[in-house]
Amino acid sequence: MFLINCPFCGEREQSEFKAGGEAYLERPKQPTELSDDEWAEFLFMRKNIKGVQFERWNHAHGCRKWFNIARDTSNDQIKAVYKMGEKPPVK
Amino acid sequence: MSKNLRFKSSKLVDETYRISFKFNNKTYYGYKGDTLASALLASDVHLVGRSFKYHRPRGIMTAGSEEPNAIIQLHDNTSRTEPNVRATEIEIYEGLVASSQNCWPSVNFDIGGINNFLSPIIPAGFYYKTFMWPKSFWEKYEYFIRKSAGLGKSPKETDPDIYEHKYIHCDVLIIGAGISGIIAAKMAAKNGLKTLLMDEKSFLGGSTIYDNSEFSKINNQITSSWLEKEINEISKLENLEIKTRTSVAAFHGYNFLLARENLTDHLPISQRENKIRHRLLKIRSKKVINATGAIERPLIFDNNDRPGILLSSAMKKYIDLYGVACGENNILFTNNDTAYETAMSLLQRGIKVNAIIDNRVEIDSKLSYEVEKNNIRIFKGYTVVDTYGYKRINGLSIMQLSKDGQKVIGKKIKLSCDSLGVSGGWTPAVHLFTQSGGKLKFREDDQVFIPNKYPSDQLSIGSCNGDLSLEEITTNTVLSVKKFLNINNTDYKTFEITTGINKSKRNIWLLPSDKILGKTKSFVDYQNDATAKDIKLALREGFRSIEHVKRYTTTGMGTDQGKLGNMHALGIISETAGTKMGEHGTTTFRPPYTPLTFGTIVGRNVGEFFDIIRRTPIHDWHVANNAKFENVGQWKRAWYYPKANENMHQAVQRESKAARDCAGILDASTLGKIDIQGTDASEFLNRVYTNAWSKLAIGKCRYGLMLNEDGMVYDDGVTTRLDENHYIMTTTTGGAANVLGKLEDYLQTEWPELDVYLSSVTDHYATISVCGPHSKKIVSKVIPDLDFSDEKFPHMSFKNTKIGQIKCRVMRISFTGEQSYEINIQSNYGKSVWEKCMEAGKDFNITPYGTETMHLLRAEKGFIIVGQDTDATMTPIDLQMDWIVSKKKYDFIGKRSLYRSDTIKDDRKQLVGLLTENPKEVLEEGAQIVADIKKSPIEMLGHVTSSYYSPNLNKSIALGVVKGGKKMLGQKLIIPMENKNINVTVADPVFLDKEGERLNAKL
Repeated sequence: MFLINCPFCGEREQSEFKAGGEAYLERPKQPTELSDDEWAEFLFMRKNIKGVQFERWNHAHGCRKWFNIARDTSNDQIKAVYKMGEKPPVK
Repeated sequence: MSKNLRFKSSKLVDETYRISFKFNNKTYYGYKGDTLASALLASDVHLVGRSFKYHRPRGIMTAGSEEPNAIIQLHDNTSRTEPNVRATEIEIYEGLVASSQNCWPSVNFDIGGINNFLSPIIPAGFYYKTFMWPKSFWEKYEYFIRKSAGLGKSPKETDPDIYEHKYIHCDVLIIGAGISGIIAAKMAAKNGLKTLLMDEKSFLGGSTIYDNSEFSKINNQITSSWLEKEINEISKLENLEIKTRTSVAAFHGYNFLLARENLTDHLPISQRENKIRHRLLKIRSKKVINATGAIERPLIFDNNDRPGILLSSAMKKYIDLYGVACGENNILFTNNDTAYETAMSLLQRGIKVNAIIDNRVEIDSKLSYEVEKNNIRIFKGYTVVDTYGYKRINGLSIMQLSKDGQKVIGKKIKLSCDSLGVSGGWTPAVHLFTQSGGKLKFREDDQVFIPNKYPSDQLSIGSCNGDLSLEEITTNTVLSVKKFLNINNTDYKTFEITTGINKSKRNIWLLPSDKILGKTKSFVDYQNDATAKDIKLALREGFRSIEHVKRYTTTGMGTDQGKLGNMHALGIISETAGTKMGEHGTTTFRPPYTPLTFGTIVGRNVGEFFDIIRRTPIHDWHVANNAKFENVGQWKRAWYYPKANENMHQAVQRESKAARDCAGILDASTLGKIDIQGTDASEFLNRVYTNAWSKLAIGKCRYGLMLNEDGMVYDDGVTTRLDENHYIMTTTTGGAANVLGKLEDYLQTEWPELDVYLSSVTDHYATISVCGPHSKKIVSKVIPDLDFSDEKFPHMSFKNTKIGQIKCRVMRISFTGEQSYEINIQSNYGKSVWEKCMEAGKDFNITPYGTETMHLLRAEKGFIIVGQDTDATMTPIDLQMDWIVSKKKYDFIGKRSLYRSDTIKDDRKQLVGLLTENPKEVLEEGAQIVADIKKSPIEMLGHVTSSYYSPNLNKSIALGVVKGGKKMLGQKLIIPMENKNINVTVADPVFLDKEGERLNAKL
């Protein structure tokens, strides 16, 4: 079980959090202008990489804040935790 | 007792404290400190069980948690029973009753034993191969296979014991209190670190604690005495907590571990009352040190599974620790030096060692010379080729090994014995290390897997790290712990080690025999009866991956998880396939390391504590009025209120009729309530709901439908505009938490520019819904100061008001289609307001109704329930709810998805009403809907989602989803059931009062 350093509350058990999938998927500003394929790209396509992946997490049973995590999917190491809108501190 | 097998022991057993116990209905005696296994061995009982597949007689094989054979069923004089307990781990206590498993009628005469003679026709994969034809017969075969297989019997009654969970945080956790664990614990604790030391045994010191021969010394002291002093010293350290009888079950990522502390299993039953039996420890440790030791390997030769054959180290432990000899005439069979330590332990007590058979030709250690001095025959370069005796070994035959170890040569020599100790060298116990994600490497010189890459802040020391000699263990432990814990000063300087053995070993995974392999039974996995022959067969049949061979032969799949034989399976595979050991890797070691009872896993979360229970403020009234309850998420909701002799159907029919004819009252407190405030609140609602919100006047209510970004219906509910920048949203009972999470997600990540604040207020208000033609009169009596006239208080509007001094909100909204008022008041007044409504409604036959009636009433109106009539594949268009989807709004969540090529298809499943040909026939929810039953295969068009008998319409009504259903109005369809086909007609989903006149009806 992960130990996640919530940027607002500090280190907490994984059971307090909810995973929100891949980060940096910006909702298109003008969805109606998009073709089916372009919309599907946003809606369905995910990277699922092996290595460092940027993810959104929510401190659901805590401060309710959403934030980002850089996690190595090959060994579950969390490389960085940072607030929404901040630049990822790792590559 | 004919044999004298009990010797004076100074270590563990208290000979002044005699304990009687029962095994297979016979009474035996042992002493305090004995395990069931040691006490049975002292009574010359080796045969304790039958094997899984061939039902071969099996005896005690080990002296620890790795035991594959001696797994027994425990009983006591109550309903308590526990299967699959290892006799080698359970300490005897007054009142212990145990029996063998997997045998019928008894362990001495087991009918299943016939499988042993049939074994030539029961190879690996036998069940897969044989019982597949004809395919349809599997269910019949399965019944008999399951009956004859299986281990213990699971208890039938509720577990009467108490268990609990506990969290522990520490700086260093040390798993295993053998010599390396003790050294590490002293170093850590003396340096001010909060240290926790655990061992699965009842005592500290591991196997070194009985290493008391004069050949083994540390700094000129007998090794065991040296260690005893160390233990004595650490037990006084303040920073150190020591837990015995505590086994680590799982080692997860981020140094999170689960361990089971066994508190009462060793106590007499009379002393267990009201005590916690097991404690599940949930441990977070900054650093973890694995000191889990090593497990001795058996040797793989023909008939290596007879009762009386044990690991050589187990034999040594039984005599040194428990004072129990496994036989009067012992033989040892080895490929390394450790068996000579066993021989010395036996010889010191005058127990006969008939011979030592050693695979090695050259043996050069102090102990081997010492053994020879005692006139013990050592057969150098020999192997055992067969053993004799059915329920107990009585002899064996040996032959010389060829130079390459692949064949046997020369003459067969027969030797007699009543016990055989085998040693195939040592396997580091890396299970927990690999569970945590650690990667292993293979060390060629002594053929062991050792830790290589650590996934977290942890260290392996001692023999689990591949340090198998006393010298390596002591020196390397100090060096690596110093570095790992950043320690400059320790009490440990250098170790002066003397031992009688060295590291030489002749490793042969499958020992050759004079018989062809097909005629041998050389067991690799004792518990699952997998032989070397089976593994080779799997390879011949094309299996290559170790994981596949494991599943095909079931090697390593027993409750012991192949702690003994997995390495041999790997060895035989790589030898046969001509590959290198390291390349195959190992099979996955999964938690738990040793089995846990369910009781330990659930702890206190049983019965009413199994899950959180949420009760409404009016709950007690429902209970007092005979309500039956339904679980909705964690909520207990009143389901229906049966009177005297009513069944559910009768109660629901009565409640439904009353709600439409007079008045009904419903506790709707469980609906999710989200308080929404901020200058952009209206814009926010515009974006999250499908319909328009900007023009909703203050004091008005509106129904809203919320979609996922994929266009599918997610939740629904009524939202009320309380003020310019203030709304209250209601959600479905089950969806409340998820809706709040989703709204927060959009606010925080997609639209951070919006000035909106969300707050969950579900528990803050009690919600009482009064409906029916008399509802207005009733609420007017409860709140006399409020003008309830249709002009002042029309449908879909709200009023702030007071009941006495208490503020409340009243909404005029309806989920039943009747005129209906919802009173929202601070939770703690909920029950009293409910009672006021009941009192005020007395003259109007006010009838409390539960969720079942609520569902029926809304179905009459064709109102959907998200999650019942929808299933994450339904768009609002599919639900015939086009009216709620704004055409004008530029965007809202899910809008773009409503005209994807897939969502605009005509033949999507769409919500329709269904009327049965026979109005009395009520459909089953979930039943399939078809058009043509002659077609094969029958095309499934959809299914029934809601179905009731409507007392107000006097007929059966149903909602369902049907492919292209919108265009099928009036069409006949069929619901095929087990015994009959039911004819239905597709209808409008609104069955009652399509015009909505009842909302304003006046009586």
